[in-house]
Amino acid sequence: MAPRSSKRSSSRSILPTVLTYIGLAIGLVFAGFPILWMFFSSLKSNTEIFALPPKLLPDVYTLVAYASIFDDPVKIRFFINSYIVAGVVTLLTLLVAIITAYGFSRYAFRFKNTLNIFIISTQTVPPITLLIPYFGMVVAFGIFDTYFALILTYLVFTLPYAILLMTGYLNTLPKELDEAVLVDGGTSWTALWRVIVPVSVPGIVATAVYTFLLSWNEFLFALTLTKSMDLRTVPIGIQLLMGQHAFEWNEMMAMSVLGSLPLLLLYLFAQRYFLAGMTSGSVKS
Amino acid sequence: MQGLAVQPAKKRSSGLLTYRTRKRLVPYLYIAPATLLFSVLMLFPMSMVFRYSLMDGAIMKKDAAFVGFQNYLTIFRDAIFWQAFGQTLYFTVMSVVFHFLIGLAFALLLNTQRIDPAVRSLLRVLYILPWLFTAVIIAIIWRLLLDPNGVVNSVLMALHIVDFKVEWFSSTATALHALTFANIWAGYPLYMVSLLAGLQGISKELYEAAGIDGANELQKFWYITIPQLMPIIISIALLDFIWTMQVFPLVWMTTGGGPIYSTEVLSTYTYKLAFSQYEFSLASASAIIILVISMSVTYFYIKHQKGR
Repeated sequence: MAPRSSKRSSSRSILPTVLTYIGLAIGLVFAGFPILWMFFSSLKSNTEIFALPPKLLPDVYTLVAYASIFDDPVKIRFFINSYIVAGVVTLLTLLVAIITAYGFSRYAFRFKNTLNIFIISTQTVPPITLLIPYFGMVVAFGIFDTYFALILTYLVFTLPYAILLMTGYLNTLPKELDEAVLVDGGTSWTALWRVIVPVSVPGIVATAVYTFLLSWNEFLFALTLTKSMDLRTVPIGIQLLMGQHAFEWNEMMAMSVLGSLPLLLLYLFAQRYFLAGMTSGSVKS
Repeated sequence: MQGLAVQPAKKRSSGLLTYRTRKRLVPYLYIAPATLLFSVLMLFPMSMVFRYSLMDGAIMKKDAAFVGFQNYLTIFRDAIFWQAFGQTLYFTVMSVVFHFLIGLAFALLLNTQRIDPAVRSLLRVLYILPWLFTAVIIAIIWRLLLDPNGVVNSVLMALHIVDFKVEWFSSTATALHALTFANIWAGYPLYMVSLLAGLQGISKELYEAAGIDGANELQKFWYITIPQLMPIIISIALLDFIWTMQVFPLVWMTTGGGPIYSTEVLSTYTYKLAFSQYEFSLASASAIIILVISMSVTYFYIKHQKGR
């Protein structure tokens, strides 16, 4: 890196570098300002939110917005629900995706190509198209307003990515790994769980992180397939907060900060897995 | 087509039919759980929604009768549908174009050798942040920022760009643009990440060869960078087009489709038909129309992916 930049600086003026940094600064304000505004608004009192002239930093820092969330069992419940649903969906998705991806990665079979195209196309099926029959089905099966209704329906949009991502990962692993087990008289099933899964941890983490993100953020199904406060997830909780007291901005911002926290932490600690998941939709399959 | 003939001949194959049959079944066992789930959660519901769309009073009436494509005609005669269609198209095209332009600009800025590598990795982390937030949170952040008494109006008034408190989300003149802007803010990082990866994958030799031939920076960008990135751009733009077209939570949480249908999009139009008016048959017809549009674009996406 160093020799290249020194070559440049000797021949060119400093102007392109300055322009680059100006561009980067504009980008930083564009991306970061709304987020900072949300964060600092959550630390303001509600009267200070629309203070004139507007100030990013609060005059008085207060945790009153956070306190009102943690003092309210209904709001805490939103978070518990989101963790339960996203957690279970992530586990189930991983289980099914690993098994399916192994089949895709290690075998040739009839309709493989068709099935592959089918899975890619399921990524783009509009949620609203599925919502109407899901509503009918969920009511008919008597699981309306249960965790089960959310967990089952979330699988439909977490599985396609998870399968594609896991298949992509397993394809990078040499087949000799499985063959070693088969030669020793083991079955492919043992090869999968004893040998392949332990060396697939990076792929599994990427899949898990992305699945968690998708389920954590889901809105439409949670809005329609649950009804009681006990089962509402964080996105719906924020919506309800907005409807109930439209002017408790600091509380809504605090709720948003808390609602983004698990994803922010996952992102910071598992950045490369996050990026892998992010681009999985557009990877060559 | 990979038939069974491609199966590697196993040395241990004893010639027993049962053994071979079992062997042949193995891959199907691995894909069985996902196939079952997709049948129950995808194929069956799709056939149901199509059936609903041909009925009069699906879900609501016990003895709903089949009325053919009557519901589709009703939808196509509804002026609000066409308004929602046009607004969805505007929202989607603007979002895709600006996601791409901003994503490309950020990717190029981050890819230059002029900045310190540490600065680059820090900025990359920060630039991705908007993508992490769920649509509901993006909606309320922008509702706060674009509130008539909010910071955006204060800044614009201080700079004398506007001279009154603009009601961004509650005026028919601005609501759709405000909504589109919020979506542009939230969606560019996908392009940025993918294009940055694409830029780093372009061979340095191409640029060196062009340099020897006397190409300037702009020519290098136009004749090397863009063509090299094209496959990635097409993939992401098609996916982004499909997903953006299906927007629901952002609209639902900012304007709810209003004021006076000025931000109605196909998803909110369909949702209201089903869950506010309980016209499940009409909603199903509208949902099938959205599906057909999505699948037509998906066809090009898959064709493009196969061709890569």
